[in-house]
Amino acid sequence: MLTFILRKLGVIIPTFVGVTLIAFTFIRLLPGDPVLVMAGERGMTEERHARLMAEFGFDKPIIVQYGHYLNDLMHGNFGVSIVTKQPVLEEFITLFPATVELSLCAILFAVVVGLPVGMIAAVRRGTPFDHTVMAGALTGYSMPIFWWGLLLIIMFSGILGWTPVSGRISLMYFFEPVTGFMLIDSLLSGQQGAFKSALTHLILPTIVLGTIPLAVIARQTRSAMLEVLSEDYIRTARAKGLKPSRVIGLHALRNAMIPVITVIGLQVGVLFAGAILTETIFSWPGIGKWMVDSIFRRDYTSVQGGLLLIAVIIMVVNLIVDLLYGLINPRIRHTE
Amino acid sequence: MKPMKRKLLAAVCGASLLVAGAAAVQAKTLVFCSEGSPEGFNPAFYTAGTTFDASSRAIFNRLVEFERGTTKIGPALAEKWEVSDDGLEYTFHLRKGVKFHTTKEFTPSRDFNADDVVFSFKRQLDKEHPFHGVTEGAEYEYFNGMSMPDLLKDVVKVDDYTVKFILNRPEAPMIANLGMDFASIHSKEYADKMMAAGMPQAIDQKPVGTGPFQLVAYQKDAVIRYKAHPDYWDGKAAIDDLVFAITPDPSVRYQKLKAGECHVMPYPNPADLEAMASDPDVNLLQQEGLNVGYLAYNTQVAPFDNPKVRKALNMAINKEAILDAVFQGAGKVAKNPIPPTIWSYNDAVEDDPYDPEAAKAMLEAEKVSGLQMKVWAMPVQRPYNPNARRMAELIQADFAAVGVDAEIVSYEWGEYLKRSKDKDRDGAVLLGWTGDNGDPDNFLAVLLGCDGVGGSNRANFCYEPFEELIQKAKVVSDIEERTKLYEQAQVVFKEQAPWATIAHSVVFKPVRKEVVDFKIDPFGGHIFYGVDLK
Repeated sequence: MLTFILRKLGVIIPTFVGVTLIAFTFIRLLPGDPVLVMAGERGMTEERHARLMAEFGFDKPIIVQYGHYLNDLMHGNFGVSIVTKQPVLEEFITLFPATVELSLCAILFAVVVGLPVGMIAAVRRGTPFDHTVMAGALTGYSMPIFWWGLLLIIMFSGILGWTPVSGRISLMYFFEPVTGFMLIDSLLSGQQGAFKSALTHLILPTIVLGTIPLAVIARQTRSAMLEVLSEDYIRTARAKGLKPSRVIGLHALRNAMIPVITVIGLQVGVLFAGAILTETIFSWPGIGKWMVDSIFRRDYTSVQGGLLLIAVIIMVVNLIVDLLYGLINPRIRHTE
Repeated sequence: MKPMKRKLLAAVCGASLLVAGAAAVQAKTLVFCSEGSPEGFNPAFYTAGTTFDASSRAIFNRLVEFERGTTKIGPALAEKWEVSDDGLEYTFHLRKGVKFHTTKEFTPSRDFNADDVVFSFKRQLDKEHPFHGVTEGAEYEYFNGMSMPDLLKDVVKVDDYTVKFILNRPEAPMIANLGMDFASIHSKEYADKMMAAGMPQAIDQKPVGTGPFQLVAYQKDAVIRYKAHPDYWDGKAAIDDLVFAITPDPSVRYQKLKAGECHVMPYPNPADLEAMASDPDVNLLQQEGLNVGYLAYNTQVAPFDNPKVRKALNMAINKEAILDAVFQGAGKVAKNPIPPTIWSYNDAVEDDPYDPEAAKAMLEAEKVSGLQMKVWAMPVQRPYNPNARRMAELIQADFAAVGVDAEIVSYEWGEYLKRSKDKDRDGAVLLGWTGDNGDPDNFLAVLLGCDGVGGSNRANFCYEPFEELIQKAKVVSDIEERTKLYEQAQVVFKEQAPWATIAHSVVFKPVRKEVVDFKIDPFGGHIFYGVDLK
């Protein structure tokens, strides 16, 4: 197991270096520099432009800038945002829990609904239930997040008045964040009704962000189950007279889970991408919205810091997924 | 006994709930669904309205301020002022008894005085000032943008309640400049205290001002909370608490407004305007914005160096059609280079009529045939032009109708701004301007003065009779005389036609019916002092 972990880590380090390079160069490939964007129609003199570029260090050759950047990273320094003048890491840490909270809820929603639905669809292949699930999954997968979010808001918040429109908690409640996770902080605050408010604020964004992963998981579970159900050992198990629930729940599901877990792992990236839109619609103060703002403002330090941190998180999640495979299916850790 | 106890408990709980409910009703909280997070809380570092709403307009005061809802300047922290005959010295007499906010970090021991004024300006002016660079990467963007370093020689304390501003040259718009957000007054005592505590940059993050509201808490991208300054010099605000619920999507802002989750929202989605106008809970306020969208010819390149050619092209453009297609009702045809909300706007000027036939004949008379030109379209949405690409396409079609072949070009925003400044630039540029200080000089001199050629003057227009008028208006401090000069300048502008003036945006502000006396700020700001809730 240890060599398995070390092997996986060995892949992560070069990936990390690659990501720093990509994060660093991509934002610089965009035309326009941050100083010009900052000045807008008002503009500024050539001399002042040059001085500002020098102050930010953008006048040096790219390779030198990259060297400085790597050096700073080694010292745990992600730089200071060009716009807000706040340390990038500090901003990231403040906003990240909101994204994690939403993403966890979304993936939980997707798994809790997607797995059983996919399983049942596989077992009842060809029935109206199966057709409905597959059509629903296709619709969910193809739905633009922006439109879907607004539709839910207009329906459930506007017309029916069941859920709050946006935000993380009602403005009535006011407490200093402790963990950054609103569900936990609202409980810690001891204010009556705060937890319920936080929970109701999570409903719509969770559904919106969880819809695509839900569709993918349901489809993946269905096809993995179908494949496994046609295997010889399942037939043998059935022939031995095992209860259908045991055959499906124990023998089939465990083997079908391998590709499903891969998909769940990959959905983490999808969640971050989806968070950008979901956070904008639901005024959710997470990193998705922060990254978009930073790109528009050509805030180089925030973009490269944010990209790097997100990449690291995705790599870590995928590492955990790899390790999970090993646990579920010993063949993987032995054959690799 | 037990049921009795329960009843008693219920009665006590009920009573306390009632009391709590009454307290909640008494505290008036106004919620503003703002469009984004402020970049920071020191308005001197930034130029965005979103930042000013959250900082200068709520937390700080200036020596002079614009009367709410107008571009007229009036006294604020300065009660009165005098200008020397040569226009080089401005003496301000400061208001007494003005209190700074008391916060967790700071309890003021004295009232506002001349030291605070000198501190607030010297910090920006003097590169050696101990506070000039305390916030890493901070730039005094507007102070520089308004040429204050060239204009301001010194700021001197005469006595505790008198301050003198000494200028390098006479500049009539100086007073208007001092009403701008960058000129907000900070507490010197607070700065000194934070410096002594080893964290001078705290003054830019945890602001202390004299303004009507003080900052209580800020959670990035989520919420900003303020409470009314209890000792505000002009009387405590009618509302007790002010909350900015940061809501980036305009349609979601409207849903929140409808649901009563906020009282005022900025920048509605044009598609929602119709529903807002018929919404029984909402008042839809509207006013022309302090901006102008234009098409600037390069007046130094043939054939656009000929005013008759420019005039002919202006007559080829169907502005009404542009307004319908691009502004969807949220715009008004512009005939002058300054918006109607600015004093000295010359309503007597007549716009070039839309007359393609006459335009064609004029071009022929000037021996211009088979003209090929470029029309530059901005890649971004701006208040004065929500869709430059679409506008360019309409202009292209209008020009084609008079035999002019226009090619549309566009660049990334930063590049666009840079390249469009080029003196030899090929073609006419779509751009616009949003006013800074409500002074006509801020439009006419910046955008059409000889100093701006190769820079903010995208038409490269440098016409002696026009220049004389605006230069004279810069040094005269009598407002009536200035008004006459600017009115004349607008007539000259129309004759010379360096731009096709296209539109002023119309600003819509949906507010809930329970909001009392909210006024649209011509500068695009959101000011909640003076606003009440029914």
